[in-house]
Amino acid sequence: MSATRHADAAGAIEGSAARDLETFDDVPEKSCSPARRAVTSYGAAAVLIVVLIGLWQLIVELAHYPAYLIPTPTEVASSLWHDWNPILGSAARTTLVEVLIGYAIATAAGIGIAVALHLIGPLRRAVYPLLIASQTIPVVVLAPILVVLFGYGIVPKLVIVALICFFPVVVNGLDGLRSVDDDFIRMMRTLDASRLAIFRRVEFPAALPLIFSGMRISATFASIGAVFGEWAGSNAGLGYVMLEATPNLQTARIFAAIVILTVVSILLFGAVSLAERFIAPWARQRDRT
Amino acid sequence: MRGVSKRFGGVVALRGVDVTIERHEKVAILGPSGSGKSTLLQIVAGLLDAEVGSVNVEGALLAKERLGRCAMMPQRDLLLPWRSALDNAAIACENRGMKRSEARARTRPFFERFGLGAFEDVSPAQLSGGMRQRVSFIRTLMADKDVLLLDEPFGALDSITRAQMQEWLLLAMADVPRTVLLVTHDVEEALLLGDAVIVLSSRPGRVVRVLDSRVDSGRSRRETVTSPEFVALKEQALEAIE
Repeated sequence: MSATRHADAAGAIEGSAARDLETFDDVPEKSCSPARRAVTSYGAAAVLIVVLIGLWQLIVELAHYPAYLIPTPTEVASSLWHDWNPILGSAARTTLVEVLIGYAIATAAGIGIAVALHLIGPLRRAVYPLLIASQTIPVVVLAPILVVLFGYGIVPKLVIVALICFFPVVVNGLDGLRSVDDDFIRMMRTLDASRLAIFRRVEFPAALPLIFSGMRISATFASIGAVFGEWAGSNAGLGYVMLEATPNLQTARIFAAIVILTVVSILLFGAVSLAERFIAPWARQRDRT
Repeated sequence: MRGVSKRFGGVVALRGVDVTIERHEKVAILGPSGSGKSTLLQIVAGLLDAEVGSVNVEGALLAKERLGRCAMMPQRDLLLPWRSALDNAAIACENRGMKRSEARARTRPFFERFGLGAFEDVSPAQLSGGMRQRVSFIRTLMADKDVLLLDEPFGALDSITRAQMQEWLLLAMADVPRTVLLVTHDVEEALLLGDAVIVLSSRPGRVVRVLDSRVDSGRSRRETVTSPEFVALKEQALEAIE
């Protein structure tokens, strides 16, 4: 085997490689400004929200519903503005802390459980059915018991948020870990990979996109869990504000609290999506192919 | 590698297959689909066990031991989308406990050598099919095993790219002496890449013929493929398959 012949071959290969890349350049990249992209992806939703709020205002005003039954959007906005200090603002902070900590616990526990169940077969067969059965227990009913157990503080809220949020992470995580094509495992085995190496380098990264979609689902449950916990027994938080406002017929304030809860959920959802884009960018690549 | 013989009973894909391959010989196994070629390769690799018979890869008799002697290049490139081309190829080094930076440094020269010089940090999705298979081949090479098992390595490529890749592989194999066992259903590919071609029958797979396909390697692929000896070999191989 002469050195020159090999050099020639390498040259020929590089030539063909360059051609391969050129064809990729021809694919038109969607080159829009970020502002325009924001309009195309969220514009329709924004318009719909504005229309719905307008309809709501119109119907309530035309039908002359009393404000304690159904407040108009302007009354809700006014409550948001006037009740922020000292009521809604501090309540929102309390609930936000419960949501964030509870959600973090749920995610960590969910991933941990999924990994343990995946790596240990007998454990999976024993625990998985129980896990599914546990989800049929209405957490609302559990809430008062947890308050009796843990008191009026933050702990029962965290437990409830975590109980509601961990399940989608476990199910999706487990599905993701098991979804890896056997060919990848075989390939890794002939390349001297230990069980741990296969998990670290193939299974876990492959499962990340599904873990994130589980996390997105549970992000929308987290604030509901916190409110359940506060209803069962508390002296702070948005759930507590709602409970107090109901007998006083301050319906606008209840709606204002709901608006804040919605914003919290959307922000959490957005944060998880953003984190996914940085931690597992290949998830979106795969969607496209 | 010497003294490889194996036999399988029952309804299984392979029956009484005896194959001996010398060290650093390049052997192609040619057979129609369903002849158990891939099964055979997985048994040699140690991913499966023979039901009857024995496999000896450089003294390794147990499946677990064979797994340590052979590196397999799968039909699909199986590159991991979360790793760059270089990190994909370096994965075998990392699996052996090497640090990532060291594994990369070890693998990098092979990218130069095999014409992927500028593509180390490109993600697999941006590479063409032929380039992905080259990365996959380097990954197999980096496992540092004496025996390379290639399972229809270019089966997923179009015929023009496949022809280019065959030429490339021929040079690459001449460059790094290894024992190579290649499985294919492409007659030309088998004759071109193998020093010997073992023809398997369709299910159950049996060895029906062994051809010496050492063709003069000084010529280009086109010259070789159209030469009279090559055409004659091709005819023999096709006849054996029938």
